[in-house]
Amino acid sequence: MNNSVGNTGRLLWAGFRALILLTVVCGVLYPLAVTGVAQVAFHDKANGSETENADGKVVGSSLIGQTYLTKDGKPDLTWFQPRPSNGLGENSVNTQYKLILSGATNLAGDNPELVKQIKQARAAVIKDNSTATYKVRPASIPADAVTSSGSGLDPAISPEYADLQVHRVAERNHLSVAQVQKLVDGHKDGRILGFMGEPTVNVLELNIALQQLTTKS
Amino acid sequence: MSPVLAGVLQVLALIAALALAYRPLGDYMARVYSSEKHLRVEKWIYKGIGANPNAEMRWTAYLRGVLAFSAVSVLFLYLMQRVQGSLPGSLGFRSIDPDQAFNTAASFVANTNWQSYYGEQAMGHVVQTGGLAVQNFVSAAVGIAVAVALVRGFARSRTGELGNFWADLVRGTVRILIPIAVVGALVLVACGAIQNFAGIHEVGQFTGGTQQWNGGAVASQEAIKELGTNGGGYFNANSAHPFENPNAFSNLFEVFLILVIPFALTRTFGKMVGSIKQGYAILATMATIWVGFIALMMWTEFAHHGPAFDLAGGAMEGKENRFGIGGTSIFAVSTTLTSTGAVDGFHSSLTGLGGGITMLGMQLGEIAPGGTGSGLYGMLIMAIIAVFIAGLMVGRTPEYLGKKIGTREIKFAACYILITPALVLVFTALSMALPTPKDSMLNGGAHGFSEILYAFTSGANNNGSAFAGLSADTNWFNTTIGLAMLLGRFLPMVFVLALAGSLAEQKPIPETAGTLRTQKPLFTGLLVGTILIITGLTYFPALALGPLAEGLA
Repeated sequence: MNNSVGNTGRLLWAGFRALILLTVVCGVLYPLAVTGVAQVAFHDKANGSETENADGKVVGSSLIGQTYLTKDGKPDLTWFQPRPSNGLGENSVNTQYKLILSGATNLAGDNPELVKQIKQARAAVIKDNSTATYKVRPASIPADAVTSSGSGLDPAISPEYADLQVHRVAERNHLSVAQVQKLVDGHKDGRILGFMGEPTVNVLELNIALQQLTTKS
Repeated sequence: MSPVLAGVLQVLALIAALALAYRPLGDYMARVYSSEKHLRVEKWIYKGIGANPNAEMRWTAYLRGVLAFSAVSVLFLYLMQRVQGSLPGSLGFRSIDPDQAFNTAASFVANTNWQSYYGEQAMGHVVQTGGLAVQNFVSAAVGIAVAVALVRGFARSRTGELGNFWADLVRGTVRILIPIAVVGALVLVACGAIQNFAGIHEVGQFTGGTQQWNGGAVASQEAIKELGTNGGGYFNANSAHPFENPNAFSNLFEVFLILVIPFALTRTFGKMVGSIKQGYAILATMATIWVGFIALMMWTEFAHHGPAFDLAGGAMEGKENRFGIGGTSIFAVSTTLTSTGAVDGFHSSLTGLGGGITMLGMQLGEIAPGGTGSGLYGMLIMAIIAVFIAGLMVGRTPEYLGKKIGTREIKFAACYILITPALVLVFTALSMALPTPKDSMLNGGAHGFSEILYAFTSGANNNGSAFAGLSADTNWFNTTIGLAMLLGRFLPMVFVLALAGSLAEQKPIPETAGTLRTQKPLFTGLLVGTILIITGLTYFPALALGPLAEGLA
């Protein structure tokens, strides 16, 4: 009995030493080496792909979606709007910080709450984007315009949703529809290598370009 | 190009990449686990452990090594979280509560990576990088080690010796996981995944004001999280978060990392038992199920049945634009047919049948191709069941790879396949019967039931993905899912190693005209059928109450 307790103890001690050594290799050397190379070779990307506007001010990351709101918290229709992000939260612990909690709504396809959210989003898309000369056809609203993404931080909208916003953005910024459409077309990213993923438009980059266009004219 | 065609092309590209890696990686892994030489760094580690890497172990000693190492790992990771509040380099994050710390420790050591916490607000750099990510490596290495021990059981005769656990653990980590993870992490950084040790810092926003970002060694953790079929996200949104998975290429690349070792291990297996063709038969079984599931998933997600999706005009809820429905379907199937559980889109918002497919994938036992190591040994257990059934049909003593499948062997295999269903169904039933656990459901009706069924399916099968509407950070779920993860990981390993020991003691029986040709397509068909029938019979009633009820409504 004594002997087997001793054996177990020795075995656990060996396990502990193995864990410590492997922690040094996998938990210290490996991440440090990767960080070192990444910081030298891909400095901007390793630090979050920060994006600057025309004045050289950092206005976010091209990878992270953000909201474009007026002072009273409504969508600022001057700018292109992103997808809804109803799953996004704020941190509930370590509240000395104000972190964005990435996440999805997790609502099921038959959940009445999700049906309600989508109905409201569709009504808002039609109302916000219809102008005196342009009425949004309900059938032209793409699914991404009325659904929340997985992360709540989707930086992109579909080209269809960008096109749909052109008339409104042109009107609000006193630009011609053709000017804004040209801007949007220039920001449409196709699939990677022609087949990976889906075509997208990066909202932040589009809005930065729009800002440049409006300050110029 | 239509999204469906783009989805199909992505599957084909993935298959081509996996096919290219199959032979070199499979052969390399066979050499790693057969080689007599030790690298210098490995010798240092053996010296530090105080282990002789050349000492052969019988199954009991091998199992004791697995359990001792894992027990110490659970305790260490638990304590690390409990003292986080006092650890430097932890962003001032407070310590994790006992029930959640137990759940998380069990989860990462069991290669599950179920997360009842939100990564970005709960875990500081030290716990993420020095604790959780380390288990991503070593829990995967333990899985491969046990699989290799089983393969040695088939390959060896009249010995009972299965190799040395410490050597297998260290070699798997140093020679296989780390080199691939380094390359993988750098590819991910090149795509845009972050890799820094910045604290929480303010970044400007377009319309003014700032947002707070959490830095971290994300790419390095992401690479091993996929490669080791772990799945625990640095951020709550997991691989849907742009800093973990920045674009459509990184998305496919991550799926490649998830699948590459589990598929290539069938080559390693073929090599080590001396018949490449036996490996191909296992590979064909895995690939058939994987392709079939992807086809089904794409079909249901593109068809987007369900009131909310019909209204929206597509099942984009919980999915990212850059991946689209095709990319998300490929990821969802690959993550649940392995023990990964990373997600690039949220499974709770898949269509009813799509959610059912992810659950069924896990319930098959995660063997197509399955977790690193656990996929191979799970599939070999199924192969034993299949030859047993075939043996009953013709009235012959079943044999597999020249070893008799006698009473002892079939008992071990039967115990193996009973463990996870028992854990899943008993804990789900208890949660439904007790008054309070149901309060954690987000959705009502059939989907609410699915949330709980999914949680225990995911836990007991060591997957880690979730119908994440469930509020799982309660004493009940932290404790029961924690237990399901530990029992679902280590009890099956007991039977696998016992089986391996029993096989290694046998003398090989010569192949005769009556031997079942387990390297032929006929056997692959029999094996696919066996897997589907056994799982179907076990889980059909529960699936009927959840995803089938929702999907067919």
